[in-house]
Amino acid sequence: MTTRDTRPGSTGGADTAGQFHGGPDDDYTPEQLAAMSRDDLDRLGARYDGVEVMHVDPGPEPGSALERRAVRQIGLVFGLAGLCAFGFVVIYVGSGWFLPSWQWTLTGSGWSALFTPLLGALFGAAMLLVGVGLVLYTKKLLPHETAVQDKHDASHFDRVTAGATIVRTAHNSGLARRKMITRSLAFMGGGLGLMLIMPLGGLIKNPNKGNPLGTTQWAKGVRLVRNDGSPIRPEDQLPGSLETVFPAVPDGNRQADAATMLIRLRPEQVAKDQPRPGQAGFGYGDYVAFSKICTHAGCPVSLYEQETSRILCPCHQSQFDVTQGAKPVFGPASRPLPQLPITVDNEGYFVARSDYIEAVGPTYWNRKRI
Amino acid sequence: MARTATAPGAPTTKLGHTAAELDDRLVVSGWLRRTMNKVYPDHWSFLLGEIALYSFIVLLLSGTYLTFFFDASMREVAYAGSYAPLRGVNMSAAYDSALRLSFDVRGGLFMRQLHHWAALLFVSSIVVHLLRIFFTGAFRRPRETNWMIGVVMLVLALLMGVTGYSLPDDLLSGTGLRIISAILLSIPVIGTWAHFAVFNGDYVGEQIIGRFYIAHVLLIPAILLALIAVHLIVLVKQKHTQFPGPGRTEHNVVGNRLFPTFATKATGLVFVVFGVCAALGGLVQINPIWLWGPYNPAQVSAASQPDWYIGFLDGSTRLFPAWDIHIGHSYTIPALFWPTVVIAGAMFTMLAVYPIIERKLTGDTASHHLLQRPRDVPVRTALGAMALTFYVVLWMSGGNDVIAAKFDISLNAMTWVGRIGMLVLPPIAYVFTYRYCLGLQQHDREVLEHGIETGVIRRLPNGEFIEVHQPLGPVDSHGHGQLAYGGAPVPKKMNQIGGGRRAIRGFFSPSEEPAQVELEQRAEGRGLSAAESERELTSSGRPAEGGRPSDGGRPQEPRD
Repeated sequence: MTTRDTRPGSTGGADTAGQFHGGPDDDYTPEQLAAMSRDDLDRLGARYDGVEVMHVDPGPEPGSALERRAVRQIGLVFGLAGLCAFGFVVIYVGSGWFLPSWQWTLTGSGWSALFTPLLGALFGAAMLLVGVGLVLYTKKLLPHETAVQDKHDASHFDRVTAGATIVRTAHNSGLARRKMITRSLAFMGGGLGLMLIMPLGGLIKNPNKGNPLGTTQWAKGVRLVRNDGSPIRPEDQLPGSLETVFPAVPDGNRQADAATMLIRLRPEQVAKDQPRPGQAGFGYGDYVAFSKICTHAGCPVSLYEQETSRILCPCHQSQFDVTQGAKPVFGPASRPLPQLPITVDNEGYFVARSDYIEAVGPTYWNRKRI
Repeated sequence: MARTATAPGAPTTKLGHTAAELDDRLVVSGWLRRTMNKVYPDHWSFLLGEIALYSFIVLLLSGTYLTFFFDASMREVAYAGSYAPLRGVNMSAAYDSALRLSFDVRGGLFMRQLHHWAALLFVSSIVVHLLRIFFTGAFRRPRETNWMIGVVMLVLALLMGVTGYSLPDDLLSGTGLRIISAILLSIPVIGTWAHFAVFNGDYVGEQIIGRFYIAHVLLIPAILLALIAVHLIVLVKQKHTQFPGPGRTEHNVVGNRLFPTFATKATGLVFVVFGVCAALGGLVQINPIWLWGPYNPAQVSAASQPDWYIGFLDGSTRLFPAWDIHIGHSYTIPALFWPTVVIAGAMFTMLAVYPIIERKLTGDTASHHLLQRPRDVPVRTALGAMALTFYVVLWMSGGNDVIAAKFDISLNAMTWVGRIGMLVLPPIAYVFTYRYCLGLQQHDREVLEHGIETGVIRRLPNGEFIEVHQPLGPVDSHGHGQLAYGGAPVPKKMNQIGGGRRAIRGFFSPSEEPAQVELEQRAEGRGLSAAESERELTSSGRPAEGGRPSDGGRPQEPRD
């Protein structure tokens, strides 16, 4: 190390020990350290860190059969790992070049079906083998040592001195006496805190404005159409059938709440049909229409078992009886599926007589209020 | 003193010079030596948390890759990629890009599946790690803080999972999203406001995928990373716990130094975790989104299941009866609120505050660094078994439709099995576990007192048959062992105390000379007395044998 800085007080950056300098460098001169073996230096450093090496089980004797065997094994494992890794590269790069294309094919067989599994197998094998090799290396070739490190409890000295520094500073700041400052600080903190979270107000939207939760696209005179947009006449469906219908409005089949089940009851179902009070005229002939959105968690209830007149929600197994106004008969749902009042327009197609008279979908806090 | 080239101990090699230059500038050698000398206990169960950490790294790497191709938008597009069955179908850009990433990006499907498997492994290893910590009492003072951070990270991991598997916007994830929406709506008073804040309006809107995306790739991972850092800093600061054993006390850690043993093994584990995730990602199909089709609020498939870690919530939702609470004429607390928000909230709160509850109940406020065997703390172990049984009943009920279909059982019967099971089975598990722990304790004491059953039957002159027992240590005048139980495993078989000699090494053919091994072993001596004389004590009073796990079964020093 050299320097051209000759100003007084500068020694060119080399460290000169100060008054409070201490530690191991004072206890051990470079000459003493140079005279020690590597093992001794290792133990010495460990002791400084509170670690005592209690027991060393040396690895296999250099040149012994055991060692040669272990070396062969580990070498083989790392070699195989490399082989797998290169295999991955070849398959990744070569597919579609000198290997068949990896792209998906309609038959779902051949190279494209093998491509992803091969990538996974080779990548996985390469990584696993590296891991196995490393563990084998520690187990078979490295000396096994058992070390003990001391744990120290919190130092009383540290606690007292650090505490003194903090309390002293707090005392000197005079904040305990200067009430004006503490109060203005508290006021400022509150204001700043509020100010910082205020922009989150942009997320807030009023759910009660215009009743978005309680209304759907259904309205008086809106036709019931299938997913493909075709309207339905009363003679189109067989008794016992269920058809999912949507309002005949743009994108009606993409609305989250509008999906409705149009069910044609069988004669014996009609005989025992008990609509909900006040909703006796909501059906049309042997047709009834119920919301498809489960009143429990909002899944589309889809599984209709006509033998038992039950509709099952596949998410949480609520069951609704279509002959009792879609009343829940089992499971976690507590409300019947809302019924859509339907009739037939002058062209003979099914239309809604109005929107649902209650909110469809999951129950919420102020549902009954709206 | 300025270092000169001729000073003793000065570096002579090029590498040494570089290291010295580095240390001149950064002064890191002291820190480096302390780090390398840090002792880590050597037990397989301490690796569970590491598996969680490494699978998180795999998640970060694979997840970053996926963001290059994923478009978190709900804009409607017509699919025109190479998966023919869906061509021309209208779908969200999110689903479209998830399909393209699976079919049109070279190795994209492999990466997506790797990411999903790593996520499952991440949550699983966190849960198993948590169970290990719980049942061995590693959460006790001074580690309550780290326990709570861990529970928070578990909840965040679940949120990571939920926001992650909602992203592809296929039929399955859309159904999950609908249930999330219903759960938000079910919160009393603020439910509709919360829903409108999260979804920016009524379900489903056009924002939610984008919002979940930023939560999944930035917000939650950032919080998780910060918490992982705190978790590890606290861990290093407090040092590891250890199982009781020879030479192990509340004031030391017995094991391997970080460098080289622990570091090599840990690095090996990184590769193993990565390898397992990669092999699963390539070989085992997971969430084939192209089969479900785009989300449509009017469609659902039967037997739709969430990822395993959300299954318990699905189960509790299925089991909870239809108990709406009506307040006045206008307000309702929906039944859905209880099994989702309240039960889940209560479960995680109980979990988080358990260390405080136990501290209050037992009055044990001391610091503990030695772990407990579950049998030695029967009440805690039984409580854990009880909680676990409750969880498993809920979890299995999350798939009760599948069980009903596969085994041809009535679906309603399965629901009732779950409803009754969640109330009846946990107390039974408590009693059973409690008694089982006591039985195990009893057996430990019995072996310490009477010795190990040798299987040797002797006939006494009076015709009585007795089994010969091998005492584990010195015996009193009645032949009863004088060893006290020290919280460590008690050997129960003769082989564990050197009754049988080790096998000749070598898998297909012997790799050592049998005669040589025989000679060595004769020289080593055999049985308890030999082991006893071998056990020299060091000056500090510790036995020389540090107690590697392979020695776990050897007879131990009397402890009290």
